[in-house]
Amino acid sequence: MRPRLFTYYRWLFLFLAAGLCLLPLWATFIGGFKTTGDLRTNALGLPKQWVSENYLSILHEARFWQMLGNSTFIAFFTVLLVLIISSMAAFIFAHLRFAGKRFIADYLAIGLTFPFATAILPVFIRVRDLGLLDSLWGVILPQVAFQLSFSIVLLRGFFAELPKELFEAALIDGCSYRKMFLQIVLPLSRPILATVGVLALVGSWNNFLLPLVMINRDSLYPWPLGIMQYQGQYGTDWGKVLAFVSLTIVPAVGFYLLAQKQIIAGLTAGAVKG
Amino acid sequence: MANTDTLDLKPTPRDSPRPDQFLRGAKTPFKSGLLSTCLLFLPPALLLFTVFVTLPILESGWYSFFNWNGYGQLQLKHWINFDNYIQALTDPIFGHSLINNLFIILVSACIQLPIAMWVALLISDRSRNSLVFRAIFFVPYILADVVAGLIWKYLYDGDYGLVAMVYGWFGQPAPFVLAKVGWATAAILLVIVWKYFGFHMALFIAGRQGIPSDVIESAKIDGASHWQVTRHVVLPMMRPVIVLALFFSILGSLQQFDMIYALTGGGPLNSSHSAVSYLYTFGIKRMRVGFGSALGVILFIICVLVMMFYKRLFMRESETGKA
Repeated sequence: MRPRLFTYYRWLFLFLAAGLCLLPLWATFIGGFKTTGDLRTNALGLPKQWVSENYLSILHEARFWQMLGNSTFIAFFTVLLVLIISSMAAFIFAHLRFAGKRFIADYLAIGLTFPFATAILPVFIRVRDLGLLDSLWGVILPQVAFQLSFSIVLLRGFFAELPKELFEAALIDGCSYRKMFLQIVLPLSRPILATVGVLALVGSWNNFLLPLVMINRDSLYPWPLGIMQYQGQYGTDWGKVLAFVSLTIVPAVGFYLLAQKQIIAGLTAGAVKG
Repeated sequence: MANTDTLDLKPTPRDSPRPDQFLRGAKTPFKSGLLSTCLLFLPPALLLFTVFVTLPILESGWYSFFNWNGYGQLQLKHWINFDNYIQALTDPIFGHSLINNLFIILVSACIQLPIAMWVALLISDRSRNSLVFRAIFFVPYILADVVAGLIWKYLYDGDYGLVAMVYGWFGQPAPFVLAKVGWATAAILLVIVWKYFGFHMALFIAGRQGIPSDVIESAKIDGASHWQVTRHVVLPMMRPVIVLALFFSILGSLQQFDMIYALTGGGPLNSSHSAVSYLYTFGIKRMRVGFGSALGVILFIICVLVMMFYKRLFMRESETGKA
């Protein structure tokens, strides 16, 4: 039995920590409803007078929806390509046997070693030479490429654990590899596909450095660039900026609440894999 | 490993009731299927990876010996030997950036990870309350780094925000934390702790739940106190997860850019740069391809060294585990 004191201190500590976690978010959300004068004197309390104009003006701006659209486009094709390309490669590594397989698998895993910032300038030159600069594909393709290593490692581990008897039976019945992949492996691997997909989605949605380097045109900005531009434009008109920030938090938190399991599983996947 | 995780494609006659004839006939289509499947399934990954990951890394090494602005053809007359490396390694701002990276790692190891562990051990059970707290602590982590940066930029603002309010209670004018050398770096460190501790907590919870409960039960039956169980059973068994969390801290620090960009842009007086924000400010923004590539190579070497160190640490661990 745990002593009573421990229980009290435990709750006190947890509530305090939770408060510190959420306080900045609360201040941001509520700050969007305040006038500038109110913000100066009253950071945490409810607004003296509720102003909804900050929020409404942003929601009426075409720019806001455009950058969410850009981010959605980038994220959609990133997730799609990551899932298709890495699951095909992982299938080969998990279930086929041929000379040199180990070498190719190791080659594709070297991406685990370093962050993409180390190669960003050559990537920029390559994207420019391919004529993809200032286009959404100039963000998508490098992003997918840098996501491959980890995705393949995760998928491969899962594919290899699937019951072997299934594949033996399928092969004896004359099932082709392609059919085996599409009709047996993929349907059985939904949990790990969800994890990998969520991981790619979160990474893409929040990516900042890559679009910062690749995209110049305002109309192509994904939201992290847009929000920085907005802040630069309105400076310390914090009411506006905070409303903007809050509106971008909403989809993130909503998605988190929906896919909490996959998100945490994906982001801590390294721990499970050891 | 190759033998254990792959499927044996040749069913032995003993396993299969079908006649040998069928198997021999079936072998050929399998093999041709193997080749065509490989030719269909592997090239997309290989192509994309080579074009956007491997080649750029190699090109970093090549470009790093040139003084090149990226426009026009790269010519040998731009070759400047190791000047880019010398310039980077003798630049006090770059040195300071690396020290800031080191600070991030230190704060993570000494403050963030212990807090994360403490919280993780408090809420690693599967009760409803614990799940709620877990969800809350993870929220900062799911925000984009730029968003976290902007939120705290507001909170740190000397005219508005939290800092201003606290000083206001004492009738004092608030300092602009982000505009002061030294303070700015400390302020960034605090945001990093706030944002990433939930991630480490989730790692530790996963690690804690991986410990079989009978081990802990038997320690308790032997009369160990709660603290003794934690100190002598739980923490030692979580060593691999702790090493992993530390590893993530180091890699995260080496990638840190977005938050610094949003909070201070590396200022004031270039005092709060990280390695990557230095790379962005002095390499990418000014299109100094050679210099930026040299910085990339330096970062790459650091990452490889960290990785090797981590692997050695882990191998030794698994060896002693076996012994």
